[in-house]
Amino acid sequence: MAEPVHASPAHDEHHHDQSFWRKYIFSTDHKVIGVQYSVTGLAFLFFGFVLMMLMRWNLAYPGEPIPFIGSLLGENRAPGGIMLPDFYNELGAMHGTIMVFLGVVPLAVGGFGNFVMPLQLGAPDMAFPRINMISYWCLFLGGVTMFASFFLPNGAAGNGWTSYSPLADIALNGQTAWLIGMIFLITSSLLGAVNFITTAIQLRAPGMTWMRLPFFCWAQIVTAFLLLLAFPPLEAAGVLQLMDRVANTSFFIPEGLVVGGEVLERSGGGSPLLWQHLFWFLAHPEVYVLILPAMGIVAEVIANNSRKPLWGYRSMVYSLIFLGFMSFIVWAHHMFITGMGSVMSTFFQTTTMIISIPSVIILSALFISLWGGSIRYNTPMLFALGFLPMFGIGGLTGLPLGLSAADIPLHDTYYVIGHFHYVVAPGTLFALFAGVYYWFPKVTGRKMNEFLGQLHFWPSLVFMNGVFFPMMIQGLNGVSRRLADGGISYDFAGEVAGLNRMMSVSAWCLALAQIPFIINFFMSIRNGEKAGRNPWNSTTVEWLAPSPAPHGNFDQEIVVTRGPYEYSVPGSDKDYVPQAEPAST
Amino acid sequence: MSEHVDIDKQVRIYFLVFGALMVGTLATVGAYYLEVSVPVALTIGLFIASVKASLVACFFMHLIDEKKIIYWTLALTVAFFIALMALPLLTSVADQVGEFAEVEAHEPH
Amino acid sequence: MEIPYTVEAHPETGLNNGKIGIWLFLTSEVMLFGALFATFIMLRIGSDGNWAAMQAEAELNIPLATLNTAVLIASSLTMVMAWASLMRGQLGRFKVFGWLTVGCGGIFLVIKYFEYTAKFEHHHYPESSTFLAIYFAMTGLHALHVIGGMAWNAYFTGPGSKLFHTNRQWLTDRVEHSGLFWHFVDLVWIFLFPVFYLL
Repeated sequence: MAEPVHASPAHDEHHHDQSFWRKYIFSTDHKVIGVQYSVTGLAFLFFGFVLMMLMRWNLAYPGEPIPFIGSLLGENRAPGGIMLPDFYNELGAMHGTIMVFLGVVPLAVGGFGNFVMPLQLGAPDMAFPRINMISYWCLFLGGVTMFASFFLPNGAAGNGWTSYSPLADIALNGQTAWLIGMIFLITSSLLGAVNFITTAIQLRAPGMTWMRLPFFCWAQIVTAFLLLLAFPPLEAAGVLQLMDRVANTSFFIPEGLVVGGEVLERSGGGSPLLWQHLFWFLAHPEVYVLILPAMGIVAEVIANNSRKPLWGYRSMVYSLIFLGFMSFIVWAHHMFITGMGSVMSTFFQTTTMIISIPSVIILSALFISLWGGSIRYNTPMLFALGFLPMFGIGGLTGLPLGLSAADIPLHDTYYVIGHFHYVVAPGTLFALFAGVYYWFPKVTGRKMNEFLGQLHFWPSLVFMNGVFFPMMIQGLNGVSRRLADGGISYDFAGEVAGLNRMMSVSAWCLALAQIPFIINFFMSIRNGEKAGRNPWNSTTVEWLAPSPAPHGNFDQEIVVTRGPYEYSVPGSDKDYVPQAEPAST
Repeated sequence: MSEHVDIDKQVRIYFLVFGALMVGTLATVGAYYLEVSVPVALTIGLFIASVKASLVACFFMHLIDEKKIIYWTLALTVAFFIALMALPLLTSVADQVGEFAEVEAHEPH
Repeated sequence: MEIPYTVEAHPETGLNNGKIGIWLFLTSEVMLFGALFATFIMLRIGSDGNWAAMQAEAELNIPLATLNTAVLIASSLTMVMAWASLMRGQLGRFKVFGWLTVGCGGIFLVIKYFEYTAKFEHHHYPESSTFLAIYFAMTGLHALHVIGGMAWNAYFTGPGSKLFHTNRQWLTDRVEHSGLFWHFVDLVWIFLFPVFYLL
């Protein structure tokens, strides 16, 4: 460990006459790849949001032509501008798929993980830079496949993001393209996960012990393990469903299945429940893939802006690891109404109640971290503070769903939709916005505008709740999900159906509230206030690198000497002590 | 596994392992022609396969003498692998419990 | 820019990056084949005792599969011998064993091809029964892994072996890592063979 292992970038600059393509497109620099991931993720988040806004029109005004763009959608999707139910199903399935696998995961894991984690570890790059590049391009191909599937003759996949069999086995829509796209996305995540874990094990700077790791890095490591071990079963399930569709096998098709009044000509003998098991074996850990990096970002922002060490860092880390473990044995709580029996239900509702404990510990520790701090209310901090109660609502509304007795009436209602959207939309997305505002200066060397940031945050907070809270009310009244007309044809929806208009208007206003962000994002790249190396007076190692950091990251040797959040240390001349003291500043 | 290995001794071990694997393969095929009952055949077949797999993992893949971090990673994988294998088991147990309950419900008292 | 610990071992873990990377990749492979084995068990349990009948109807060729098992085990031996040759600094012997490994993989695939075509001639397709469906799914995925391993080994035995003259240790490590993958593929077959053909 005595020899400095980091090559100095100054020495390297002679080799850096790279072409535009090598430098910005097929780059192996983790920072460029991180930005590619982030931009792709943000673009797909926007696209998924557009799909949802179209759906919200049909929910609020069922059977009425979509104004302005209705005629552009084509006769097979929306004749006369009136959305067909099949098209609504496509939008629903693709909204879920795109938001989860092409929006949040690329941004939270691929983007922030790639850009920030090696910098926070004090590493010059990822352990396998070329695999990192391949991982991004796999994601890109998966994204293109998913996007292109809308233009197939029978449209995109429309069987829900869960693609339950046997419907997804026999549907005539673009389910095959969905499966091929998923195989690309899964490959991308696997390659990324191998890279992340190896980097965290091998490339930490001297002195960066495990308990000096910033919380964000811990979140990325646990996430990477979830991706590594939970995704392959879905890959297997995807291959089997693909065979069911292409080679007419019967992995998920039972004997004597009647479709359209006729018995399906298949050998039968498969099990539709098998798909659900294999799907949720991934998809429950996937929920934590969505939320853990968000918690990591919020922890960084809160420690920095409350000018205090995180309260209970160790218990937060242990909770995180426990959470990762438990997330593998709760999957069947998505399947309480499949008739799997009370023994199984009891087991899985017990594990589900247990897994809520570490989440509560982490959230409580973040709340307590605020106590007595000298809080700075800048934009990243506002989004981080917004995350706490929003994720709290999302988490607490999940408890009734984890108990089989309460889940049976609530299953597949809008209550479920409200619950998980509170977790991932005002929860994870707020944390991701906090991350964008917080690390923007490290990427571009300039800060984002504070006023536009506030103009982004406050309306977003209001309208997010305007979209998702009424869903809980509708759900408790029994309004089912996946109804193209928002349930208006059912009597029991009568008294709450009117809420659909409020939610839809909120959703469109939420879109308007993103305009300041988009302006701010592009304007600040060139015209933002110049930021030095450490605009937020932060302690973690990434702020010791120049902004923007060159290929190879650091222009000095990094030797870590202390914990990650040494803010307001008594007797110190400034209110923060960096993890690694720079030799020359 | 890259420094200070007595490579000649290793090579002798590799040939021994190769011989054992061949014998194991013949034993599995031989057991098939014994035509024992299904549970016995399953036990014998999976036992021999596990022994062969362990030989490959321990000697060809050098797991007999590996670094701690790899053992930890594999232990973690084994834990989740067991959860994955419990999946068909859980389903069949649930089916049987369900059938049992159904039979009980239909029995006249 | 040099990535640290590409060749030399990390002082704390005692391993280089590639070794950790390949083992992590193999853990995900364990979960991939694990899910397929779980599917296999579930289909077998759910077949209401029809499994043996479906298996008999499929008429799998046991002698050919035994031969294939032997070929794959032999390829594992040549694989470790290729690595051992590099450890001894014998480039020529490494190349011989390397190409033997690739060749064994090729023989395995040729035999597999004859098995598959024999099935198709008798109109045994994946759609015929759940037994044949999972048989084709698992052996097919395994064959894809064999192809991948062959490509990997062929690269290091052929053009990649130039590294011997500039960084011998790196080449030795890379061959060890591709060997780990190759042995894993062999290990999967050790289970696939009895599970489909004999039990």
